[in-house]
Amino acid sequence: MSEPAAPTPSESGIDHYRRRFLKRLGEVGAAGCATGMAGPAQGAWGGSTFQDALGSFFQQQYQRMTPEEIDAALRRIERRAKRERGVEITCEDTRPIPGVVFGYALNISKCKGYRDCVHACVKENNLGRDSQVQYIRVLEMEQGTANLERSEHYYDPATVPVAGKYYLPVQCMQCDNPPCVKACPVKATWKEPDGIVVVDYNWCIGCRYCMTACPYWARHFNWTEPKIPPEELNRNTNYLGNRPRPKGVVEKCHFCTQRTRKGRQPACMEACPTGARIFGNLLDPDSEIRYVLANKKVFRLKEELGTEPKFWYFTD
Amino acid sequence: MPLVRFLLDAVRAMFRGGRAYWMWLGALALIIAIGLVAYAVQLRDGLVVTGMSDQVSWGFYIANFAFLVGIAAAAVLLVIPAYVFHRKDVKAVVLLGEALAVAAVITAMLFVTVDIGRPDRLWHMLPGIGIFNFPTSMLAWDVVVLSGYLLLNLALLLYVHYSHYRDREPNLALYFPVVVVAMFWAISIHTVTAFLFSANSARPFWNVALLAPRFIATAFVAGPALIILVLQVVRSTTRYPVSPSVIDMLALIMTVALQISLFFVGAELFTDFYNESTHAASMRYLYFGLDGLNALQPFIWTALALNIAAVVILTLNPLRRRMALLNAACVMAFIGIWLEKGMGLVVPGFVPTPLGEVFEYSPTALELAVSAGIWAIGALVFTLLAKASIAVELGDVRYREPRGTTAGLGAEIPARASRVS
Repeated sequence: MSEPAAPTPSESGIDHYRRRFLKRLGEVGAAGCATGMAGPAQGAWGGSTFQDALGSFFQQQYQRMTPEEIDAALRRIERRAKRERGVEITCEDTRPIPGVVFGYALNISKCKGYRDCVHACVKENNLGRDSQVQYIRVLEMEQGTANLERSEHYYDPATVPVAGKYYLPVQCMQCDNPPCVKACPVKATWKEPDGIVVVDYNWCIGCRYCMTACPYWARHFNWTEPKIPPEELNRNTNYLGNRPRPKGVVEKCHFCTQRTRKGRQPACMEACPTGARIFGNLLDPDSEIRYVLANKKVFRLKEELGTEPKFWYFTD
Repeated sequence: MPLVRFLLDAVRAMFRGGRAYWMWLGALALIIAIGLVAYAVQLRDGLVVTGMSDQVSWGFYIANFAFLVGIAAAAVLLVIPAYVFHRKDVKAVVLLGEALAVAAVITAMLFVTVDIGRPDRLWHMLPGIGIFNFPTSMLAWDVVVLSGYLLLNLALLLYVHYSHYRDREPNLALYFPVVVVAMFWAISIHTVTAFLFSANSARPFWNVALLAPRFIATAFVAGPALIILVLQVVRSTTRYPVSPSVIDMLALIMTVALQISLFFVGAELFTDFYNESTHAASMRYLYFGLDGLNALQPFIWTALALNIAAVVILTLNPLRRRMALLNAACVMAFIGIWLEKGMGLVVPGFVPTPLGEVFEYSPTALELAVSAGIWAIGALVFTLLAKASIAVELGDVRYREPRGTTAGLGAEIPARASRVS
């Protein structure tokens, strides 16, 4: 891993022209704002000021933005959260750590189906509460089979685990060969240098072709404006991770980039009461995950599809 | 500017007609207005107003899209006999076929547009200011082939009609290469649309090599079925001559294509059910239901029944020769293919989900209203194009040198030599 995925702007002619063109549009808009629309226009422009609405409309894809443009985008996100939800959030551009590729291993003999990971994830990643989007789905499997079609997604007994069942949590596998990235017509989703597949929620057009392409049902669409009670909003956010999302775009598990890129555990691992989850740097030969891969009998879901998941399962 | 006068005269011809014509336009406008209102609600509230979900993330919109690309491609069935085999009778109606292709492509594109969560960001696709993931994304391929097909057909329509308007023979050396490109392009639009689905190894129901051939075969059923019906409407409402030999030819093509596509259906059913694997789950859901859920069962069995009834009529010569029965077969096959290739193809790809969940989809009233509006836009585009085309081809609209007071009256001059006979 060399430098983190800095949005090194290619200084090609077209790129230069494009940036000048967009900048000018922005200036025209700003001028229009100064003359005609003094003061924040509450309610209009999707709860933004005219200037912010214009700024995010003409915002470029993350990888093509200059550091200044990224900074402006982050401030817009913070202002919007303040204006719309009355919450002071911080939004950072958390970069991948050089020399790190993340991987996950899950011990299915330890998983008891408590779904603590699911709920921790919902809170940490600011998932819409009414839409019931969840990045992790725990499947209740019948002993004696690994057939997903015989799994129960909505198990709700008084206590878990239930005799005769085992539990298989599924989330984004952060494939090394991700079919969703190939599918996207506008490159709104890509694999970062630390192996995490991310979405630029400001660039996604909402065609949902990536959802069609994903073999793990890991991608979720905001069918409506995601609603979160302001007091429950996680205020530590980052651009490619858990910042509040608009309606009409796709989102997915991003291995808690806002935490893991700062050396913390993903929320699902921290929440797991049984220690079934092991997360770490695949490039570090001394990491726990490397120990699991070297010493346990591991398997991956749908390995025959050639997507090379970086999410392994194992048993004691 | 003769070209400007041509366009003005064409538009004027589009909006000249009798009571029935205006009632037809009015009815379409009403349906479009309802569709627009429904779409405004969808824009305001999000795609949550549709029946779609994370489980079944494409539905009725994409189903209609897949079907309509086939209709657009089927125009090639008039283009090839007209320009390659020099069939005069077919050449007389080929422009109507191209107009139908234009209308169908526009309609298909509108269905994709309403399916998109952020239509305000469509500019992200524009190369240069946006990013166009070509050639990696199959969706990017589809955008290229569909817009290319639209431009090719528009260019052909414009050039040939403009030549006739100026009372000139179109220069064959100039437009024949475009015709040849358009022929291959027609096959490509439907192949690429099939690849859009079959590319997904996550969806075993679509991930079969037979999908593209099936798409082409069904397109060559539904397309001619629609053209046969439209040509009869044209024949009965205008002076435009439509030779019965054209309808015979289309009926024959449709017959063979329907026989082939039913064979394809059988081949898929055998492969999936002889040794039923988990990959056959979608097929089982479609035909028999899964876990007691069977929303698509009525659709697919109706489709199968309609297609079988149509193929019986079409295959037996004495039956096919009778116009009423042929028309019945056309209607049945058109609806049958629409059900099979629309809902019957798109939705089961999502059921069960890759994690084995069986979750049903059915379109909401709002979704149906938006879709009806789009179909009405397609019908309107075709009606207007056909109206102008017929006016030019019959010689009702001709270019006149602007001379003092007669200037601008070009369209009012009574018919001269008709292009078609």
